[in-house]
Amino acid sequence: MDTELTVEAIGLHKSYGKVSVLSGVDLRVARGSVFSLLGPNGAGKTTTVKILSTLTSADSGRARVAGFDIARDRHRVRRAISLTGQHAAVDELQTGEENLRMMGRLCGMSGARARQRAASLLDEFDLADAGRRRVGTYSGGMRRRLDLAVGLVGNPSVIFLDEPTTGLDPRSRQSMWQVVTGLTASGVTVFLTTQYLDEADQLADRIAVIDGGRIVAEGTPADLKTRFADQRLDLTMVDADAYRETAARLGTRVAHTEPARLLIGLPTDGTAAHVRALLDDVDPQRRAVARFAVHTATLDDVFLALTGHTAASGAEGRGAAVKRPHSKDSAASGAEGRGAAVKRPSSKNSAAASGAEERGSAAAGGTDTDKESINV
Amino acid sequence: MSDLAAPLAVQPATGRRRSPISDALTMSARCVRLSRRQLDALLVMLMLPIMLMLLFVYLFGGAIQTGTTYVTYVVPGILIICAAFGSSTTAVTVAQDMRGGIIERFRSMDIGGPAAIGGHVVANVVRNAVSTVLVLGVGYLVGFRPHASGLAWVGAAGMMLLFVFAFSWLSAAIGLLAGSPEAANGFGFFLMFLPYPSSAFVPVATMPGWIHGFADNQPITPVVETLRGLLLGQPVGNHAWAAVAWCAGITVASVAASAVLFRRRSS
Repeated sequence: MDTELTVEAIGLHKSYGKVSVLSGVDLRVARGSVFSLLGPNGAGKTTTVKILSTLTSADSGRARVAGFDIARDRHRVRRAISLTGQHAAVDELQTGEENLRMMGRLCGMSGARARQRAASLLDEFDLADAGRRRVGTYSGGMRRRLDLAVGLVGNPSVIFLDEPTTGLDPRSRQSMWQVVTGLTASGVTVFLTTQYLDEADQLADRIAVIDGGRIVAEGTPADLKTRFADQRLDLTMVDADAYRETAARLGTRVAHTEPARLLIGLPTDGTAAHVRALLDDVDPQRRAVARFAVHTATLDDVFLALTGHTAASGAEGRGAAVKRPHSKDSAASGAEGRGAAVKRPSSKNSAAASGAEERGSAAAGGTDTDKESINV
Repeated sequence: MSDLAAPLAVQPATGRRRSPISDALTMSARCVRLSRRQLDALLVMLMLPIMLMLLFVYLFGGAIQTGTTYVTYVVPGILIICAAFGSSTTAVTVAQDMRGGIIERFRSMDIGGPAAIGGHVVANVVRNAVSTVLVLGVGYLVGFRPHASGLAWVGAAGMMLLFVFAFSWLSAAIGLLAGSPEAANGFGFFLMFLPYPSSAFVPVATMPGWIHGFADNQPITPVVETLRGLLLGQPVGNHAWAAVAWCAGITVASVAASAVLFRRRSS
């Protein structure tokens, strides 16, 4: 263990009645980083946060947060963290400033100190003008910013943010992102959960993908993209005949199709040599392909590859038609493509590349999500 | 599987040492502020005593024989029914808090149940102090003339305080138990009706025999009798002890129940 860990969890299990929510979650978060727990609704994100922030105890497993054991040193953990949950934890009938001052007092500050701290946080979070208004009059974005500011009053060393931008409009999301990025400058560790792939991609130093109560992958965003998803050469054919003929000829090599757009996608490593070779191979006469584009792997692709389904809202559409390279029925429409991709990559019918096979089985080993509803 | 890393040299956040007392004070200030701003609830709480007073004195009073002018008999009862109803609002405010996200924040900040719930109790005591003064004022306008010494006034105020405190804690425990503010609200009706089978509005002796046992031995009767005795300059006898015992018992049981319920909720 080289890096200093601020959060470390081993084998967290949690069930509510017969429903198992977490089945063995391991996490390691380096100090001063932004760590994102990425997963669809019901994957166990909130439960993990509740356990780590001592609001709920795990059935088994151990964890340390800010150096303290969450079971034995609950009080010291609480003094070192802040939790900003999904529901705004501010009083609507108090002004922004009153909410902040109250938290300051609860953190043991004097009245004067709490007032100072409130003023500087209002400034920092661009709420100075709204500070004297009741929170009930705030917009959703302002409320979230205040909520976050309130969490920072006591200078926590670990900040848990449970889906900080769910339900926000794009502009408010952007400004929340800026705020989160700014946080790490002061050396705090941010542990955030999200169901948005772009959010994790944008903010996180490291991402753990959680699905069905298990961590199915962990790494930097770039890491995950290269490990679990492929780049693709998307070819737009000149007409329907060319499309049909090419698709038929390539057969199982096709990774992705969109008949309506006459688009065929092929796996590539993205290098010029490979793209050139592919183009020559697919279209030796140089008549069938109208345009091409290299589709860089997104976290949507990673998510799909790992879990067999797309991440929640926001991801849909983009990830929908992406299929595993070795999937058999390649001439599927977008909707069918999604259906096909939900099936576990089965080793029987994948005569395809070994790399793809490895990925498939890694995903299969980590998840059991077929029964889970697909987010649409 | 490796063992967990050794503790880090974490700098605990600045100035996070604090006492439950100062937490409770901050929480009380919060709840008082919140209730000041909940105008609709506040208005109901202040209008109700006046309505009840006028109702009993002018509509029912003529038909009720209590040995004194009815207004003299009934004002202590009105004080208690208003305090009982007022206390029951604690269940609603506590349940509202439990439903919102803020309670999770408080819990994650290591603020204990007594402080978090105590704030609601204190705010309720403040609200009730206001409505009590209002009842006495309106009572005076419609003919209530207390004959209490200075010490008796202090005693009466103390009795009210104990009663409101006990029933606010009871109410807070109910609020923690209730799944929603709506369910907690139902508790208010129960407390509203508790004073009727007591000596609050009519002497117990005028009630049917089978209810005497309950009416004489439920907490409202000794509290009302103590209040009546103190305000009218009459001897209170054993009622005072019974009243204090009831209030203390209810408080202790409810505080304990609240602490347990608060810990159990959402974990």
